[in-house]
Amino acid sequence: MKLNERSLAFYATCDSPADNSGFLYKRGERHTAYHRRWFVLKGNMLFYFEERESREPVGVIVLEGCNVELCDSAEDFAFAIRFGGTKSRTYVLAAESQAAMESWVKSLSRASFDYMRLVVRELEKQLEEMRWGLAGGCGGSRESPGSCKPKQCPERLPALPTIPPKENGCAVWNNALGVGQPPDTSGCGGNDDEGTPRPPPLPPRRRVLNGEAVVESPSTFCQLHERYSREVARLRQDWLEKQRGPRP
Amino acid sequence: AVLKKRLVKLVVNFLFYFRTDEAEPIGALLLEHCRITKEEENVFSISFIEEPERKYCFECASEEQCQEWVEALKRASYEFLRRSLIFYRNEIQKMTGKDPLEQYGISEETRFQLGTHQQ
Repeated sequence: MKLNERSLAFYATCDSPADNSGFLYKRGERHTAYHRRWFVLKGNMLFYFEERESREPVGVIVLEGCNVELCDSAEDFAFAIRFGGTKSRTYVLAAESQAAMESWVKSLSRASFDYMRLVVRELEKQLEEMRWGLAGGCGGSRESPGSCKPKQCPERLPALPTIPPKENGCAVWNNALGVGQPPDTSGCGGNDDEGTPRPPPLPPRRRVLNGEAVVESPSTFCQLHERYSREVARLRQDWLEKQRGPRP
Repeated sequence: AVLKKRLVKLVVNFLFYFRTDEAEPIGALLLEHCRITKEEENVFSISFIEEPERKYCFECASEEQCQEWVEALKRASYEFLRRSLIFYRNEIQKMTGKDPLEQYGISEETRFQLGTHQQ
């Protein structure tokens, strides 16, 4: 099967940080001798090189649908990467210490795309629940004007969930993008551990005034409410205008 | 260039392609450090950072299908998923003061760290 090998090699050797790296002994396929190789784990790909300084990996193991387990072997600190399927082989590796073995087994077990996706979905769900308020304080319609892609945001950030309509004093603000970025997420006070509603959090958006960051503090709730409602109205207006396209 | 009809499957961060009557894929593209570009009508291309002039072009049955694929492929990389995770983790931490990964016992895991990983 053809593979874009040059791209794989690039991914293996580029300076994006590795999730784990180190020397491991790898048992051969046909002969059971172990060969010491330099291993680099990036994402769901386990690359191995002949030497640490090698410019290209000699092989790669794609860590999807596999089990990582300790195994019986004459070799100390051995573990195996097992795949299902009749044609699949088992990769037997050995570390140079107990600590190294444990570190590798842990990082390899969590390397799959599926695992990552699971965790991301869970956090997405948590964030969504927090934004809408667990006690329904922000209630209202879940209908949104549609996907609002934050085009002004740095490209590396993923698109965030849509802006929900203003409802019961829910504010629209942005926690992560900092000064000058358009807000595109909303949040409401959730509940603290005792279940009593927390006051709406302070607007984290900082206005730069004379070169210094100034954090606005809310005074009364009415003033806060007023301020947010103006902000939301303005954002909705901007968004609607964008949808209509540039004016002639 | 001649267009060949292929069955294309996106599985995790790989794009597999098959001859329409075969069960085994002819090949696969690893979708990391790549750029997905909408080309002319019904067409998108994939190019890779280390060889940007080389484009893998795909013609779809409709513009709608084309948009679907472009969106799906842009989100297909492991690195995209990782950035999303770090972003959500950071958001939740800011809002609650707590690290949401603690409950899973994975907050120290290298792959989830903000900023550069340990090498």
